[in-house]
Amino acid sequence: MSDTVLFALEAGLNGLTVGIMYSLVALGFVLIFKASGIFNFAQGVMALFAALTLVGFQTGQVPFSHLINAIFGAHVSDFGFTMPAFLAIILTVVVMVLLALLIERLVLKHLVNQEPIILFMATIGLAYFLEGLGDIMWGAEVKRLDVGIPQGMSSWVDETTYNLFGYGFYIDTLSLWALLIAAVLVTGLVVFSQYTKQGRALRAVADDHQAALSVGISLRFIWVLTWSIAGIVALVAGIMWGSKSGVQFSLSLIALKALPVLILGGFTSIPGAIVGGLLIGVGEKLFDFFMQPVIGGATENWFAYMLALVFLLFRPQGLFGERIIERV
Amino acid sequence: MKMMKIAALLAASAVAAPVAAQDLHFPMLNYRTGPYAPGGIPFADGYQDYLTLINERDGGIGGLPIRTTECETAYNTERGVECYESVRGDNPLVIQPLSTGITYQLIPRVTADGIPLHTMGYGRTSAMEGETFPWVFNYPANYWDGASVAINHLLAQNDGSLDGKKIVLVYHNSAYGREPIRTLEILSERLGFEFLPIAVDHPGQEQGSQWLQIRRERPDYVLMWGWGVMNAVAIQEAANIRFPMDHFIGIWWSGSENDVLPVGAGADGYTALTFHGVGTDYPVYSDIQEYVVGRGLAAGAGDQIGSAVYSRGLYAAMLAVEAARTAQELAGHAQITPAEMRAGMEALSISEERLTELGLPGFSAPFDVSCQNHGGSGAAMLQQWDADTQSWSLISDWIEADRELIGELAAEDASVFAQENNITPGCL
Repeated sequence: MSDTVLFALEAGLNGLTVGIMYSLVALGFVLIFKASGIFNFAQGVMALFAALTLVGFQTGQVPFSHLINAIFGAHVSDFGFTMPAFLAIILTVVVMVLLALLIERLVLKHLVNQEPIILFMATIGLAYFLEGLGDIMWGAEVKRLDVGIPQGMSSWVDETTYNLFGYGFYIDTLSLWALLIAAVLVTGLVVFSQYTKQGRALRAVADDHQAALSVGISLRFIWVLTWSIAGIVALVAGIMWGSKSGVQFSLSLIALKALPVLILGGFTSIPGAIVGGLLIGVGEKLFDFFMQPVIGGATENWFAYMLALVFLLFRPQGLFGERIIERV
Repeated sequence: MKMMKIAALLAASAVAAPVAAQDLHFPMLNYRTGPYAPGGIPFADGYQDYLTLINERDGGIGGLPIRTTECETAYNTERGVECYESVRGDNPLVIQPLSTGITYQLIPRVTADGIPLHTMGYGRTSAMEGETFPWVFNYPANYWDGASVAINHLLAQNDGSLDGKKIVLVYHNSAYGREPIRTLEILSERLGFEFLPIAVDHPGQEQGSQWLQIRRERPDYVLMWGWGVMNAVAIQEAANIRFPMDHFIGIWWSGSENDVLPVGAGADGYTALTFHGVGTDYPVYSDIQEYVVGRGLAAGAGDQIGSAVYSRGLYAAMLAVEAARTAQELAGHAQITPAEMRAGMEALSISEERLTELGLPGFSAPFDVSCQNHGGSGAAMLQQWDADTQSWSLISDWIEADRELIGELAAEDASVFAQENNITPGCL
């Protein structure tokens, strides 16, 4: 095989693994949109907030320590102990569920029957609030996140491809783990929605709010459930991206990568989020590989949106989205 | 009745309006929020703490207290300009915008308003040409100096020849990141090394393509002009592809604890340029502990003291204070105006003796500012990260930039600016 083909293959494989990372973020959007028709602008910030909380628990940081010190002249910073990753993850899940409960009580409950744009605006406010809350609770400094997921070049992939092609491919081990975690997550979500009472209720609400209400399904419970699941998905995305770049406030910008994924895959489809992520990942890496010598690099950001734009022209509902039928 | 009381109070306050208090106003255009806050916070804390130290220990400058006002830019150009507009009528002695984007917007404004602008280690490089940019100062070093220093360091590492070597520049795809490209292109032609610039779009959270390309290209060295999350991700990716960290050199804005701590052990040996000392092993830090921290006056959370960017903020404040002192001496009075501050900045002299007096021996390369040269010495050192001790250490002496080349490039760029803006270069 020629070098160009090998390099392109390597770029494509990397695109697949990166695409899964994009999908992890997009999944949270899909879950909430599917169940409540809300485009959750705060999904990226939820990933940041979850990652900040996880690191805070892991390192035994005192929440609001800066505030406490400023008001009371104290000098508290941490509890003096660290927490195992699995325990910190469980506690963070509890926090995300509590957050979902509060969002439902304080925001969504008061906006029932409002236009989708009002709910969307509410999530913009929520994003700003959560970003500020995360800052006050855990501080703005960059934090290292280590939950034991290995990182670095996969020696196995390197050796295998070297034996096959005489050139060792580079794949980040973290991305391979992301692949596995995404598979488990999607399987879990499918099992939950197909085989549990709450999952079926969630699907019923997603299909028809009024009909679901008429058979006694609590819309408020479903919203809490949906936002809790989206919070857990945000935690998973926060762990993967936070392990890659550290936990810092730009982590919330990963949401920008999810938008073209959603346009491609459709806002209401979980498989769509996965396939959309893969398409964006592979597409941007191959485009950059082939076009970089011609138009220069740094094409990844705009290529994803350009591809999404093309899809919007021909298939506005995305690959797996529900066709919008307007009756007049 | 209530309205009458309010009116009476307002009238009384207007009559009793005090004469403007005698102080020296140093506005701070900071960014403590947003994606770049981890870099903005330590700088702001260092700047504020040094000014607090001068007030607490020395009673201000020339007997006048320093007054600071803080305006949040969030590293956003529009908000930065708004901040400038909010302070420009309040006798600001010097504006430090902490952003190349804001700097470019403010250059024509400060020139029209007669307010000095100091862009330390960032901003428009050709502003070192003082005759074209009389109100703008970028001492002690600029981006082109940084590129030249990095190459001079590599020359020293390779027995004076880079012929046949391949050097990659990974840069933030912005005005800031593109600054060193021209200098490096010229140096590559002169010195015979292959130069390959690779752009990373904001914010730089995903750099897979760039590092795959670097892995394919197998460069001898990688230079980085990054900021924010881009730095940590680049260092992580370099560690992932097993690129030797001591062959990876960042500009000073890619050399903070925030850039290496998230990478953990993988960042061990990473190097970056710096135009000031690192760590807290300077007498001034004892004073900061005694007069600032000890009195509960530390800026922010007080947890940034001694970090790389905190030191830079402290250095910027020290240079501002020294310029104000010089201005007071030149003017013959303590209450100086922005124009007098500008004269002080242009007459600034930082000697080793003065640095020692200030409790910062060896912290900066000595330099003199003049009407022609607003750019300082251009010298920088190399710092290296030790992941075990989680600290930077200096691994080189001061390395000079090729000021002949930088001067030529700056003069060329300044000349174009002067023509475009109908400026007749000269000293004020």
